Amino acid sequence: MTASDRPEPLVKIRDLHFRFGARVIFDGADIDIQRGKITTIMGPSGTGKTTLLRMIGGQLRPDSGSVLVDGLEVPKLKTDELFALRKHMGMMFQTGALFTGLTIFENVAYPLREHTKLPEAMIRDLVLIKLQAVGLRGARNLMPAELSGGMARRVALARAVALDPMMIMYDEPFTGQDPITVGVIMQLIRHLNESLGITSIIVSHDVTEVSAISDYIYMISEGKVVDHGPPAELKQSRSDWVQQFLQALPDGPVPFQYPAPDYRADLLGDGG
Amino acid sequence: MDWLQSLGRTGLILFERLGRGHLFLLRVFGGMSDTVLRPSLLIAQMYSIGVLSFTIIAISGLNVGMVLGLQMYNTLVDFGAEDSLGQVVALSLVRELGPVVAALLFAGRAGSALTAEIGLMKATEQLSGMEMMAVDPIKRVVAPRFLAGMLSMPLLAAIFSAVGILGGFFVGVGLLGVDSGAFWSQMQANVDLREDIVNGVIKSFVFGFVATWIAVYEGYDTVPTTEGVSRSTTRTVVHSAFAILALDFVLTALMFGGI
Repeated sequence: MTASDRPEPLVKIRDLHFRFGARVIFDGADIDIQRGKITTIMGPSGTGKTTLLRMIGGQLRPDSGSVLVDGLEVPKLKTDELFALRKHMGMMFQTGALFTGLTIFENVAYPLREHTKLPEAMIRDLVLIKLQAVGLRGARNLMPAELSGGMARRVALARAVALDPMMIMYDEPFTGQDPITVGVIMQLIRHLNESLGITSIIVSHDVTEVSAISDYIYMISEGKVVDHGPPAELKQSRSDWVQQFLQALPDGPVPFQYPAPDYRADLLGDGG
Repeated sequence: MDWLQSLGRTGLILFERLGRGHLFLLRVFGGMSDTVLRPSLLIAQMYSIGVLSFTIIAISGLNVGMVLGLQMYNTLVDFGAEDSLGQVVALSLVRELGPVVAALLFAGRAGSALTAEIGLMKATEQLSGMEMMAVDPIKRVVAPRFLAGMLSMPLLAAIFSAVGILGGFFVGVGLLGVDSGAFWSQMQANVDLREDIVNGVIKSFVFGFVATWIAVYEGYDTVPTTEGVSRSTTRTVVHSAFAILALDFVLTALMFGGI
């Protein structure tokens, strides 16, 4: 399949530049997120993966470059246009970001109550369907503080799909979770993608997990896309950096040592 | 020249924060329409900001009124003017102590809670989550709290003054033997509705506006870390206290003149 045969990507990022103060986060990145696929943005901590999601969601504006979502130039949208677009996006935050003062049921019902005028009985049914999908229908009356980290993420996922979005962004969905929870979340992401055709964007540095469920992976480092392709192709990448990352090697293009003066001179010197 | 640089830097930071605070206030005013259209948002916040502050306001008002009754009696009795106790207690409370002390307590109890709540919502990405659900946190979180704080403050100050007068009555009439009729009639004859009570209400309204503005802004603008929320909460109480006391002088000078 040539590039011209492919359907237009849902998210199209071109020549993205962004900096926080003096620190360059993106320095000319090009990324395409294909419709109906699971695409993962992978890279070490602090490379701006979450920042990228925030730019797709319009919470941050790039310094230059374009971020097109479903044909709309996100940084140029007016507030009401942006909010209209966000109704078609779901986001699962790393912490869950559940409203601590509301029950699980009310958390999932929140977007429905805010954006629809559905009768209470229908809202109840919809919430229960979403909670059943993540296996937490029985936990509907609990408060977020009573949930484990993994359960909180599942509720966040149910809330993210409450309005049946066209895409979901997952911010570090596996970080800090036990193996069973990781398995559950992987299965849920795959299931939602296959059964509802939702486009999924995952940012993560968990190589094994994302390799198992992703259709396509972008590896980013120091503001640029180092390599990209399906997981199987990336494993054959000739980039030393990609190999170091995928094989979790402690030293390589990403040095083990933080830049420092010569070790011998440092030990013999008077410090500094 | 270092001190000059440091002074300049501090000045710039101060004016930048003031500027951002005012822009934030404009956004809050812009988001107020939803609060008016959905009174349930306002009522919930009136309960948590106003009703839950009732106990501390009432107990403090009672104590301040009792101390005022005792102190004033001891001074007035030297001049044989103890019958004026009701007037003195009422004027002190309605004009000054009611609005000012209630506002300071309000900043300490409700203001700090507002900052901590909004700050923690930011730190735990709840505000961000709301934005991604296409819900504006200024409209849903900040505006109802701001309006509730502004409306609660005059009511709390009125309760403070009313309970304080009862405290003064209890000490003056009940314990020290001031004539009950004189206590109330002197008060009735010398406390003016417009000059004293309305001015007191205006004061408490202004204090409520400023204290709630500082509280919601500090929460919304907090650095989203544990330390950041802690610093913002402290700043809310300190800045509110400064603002209330400084504004009290300005308002008193404008309302009651004499300068």
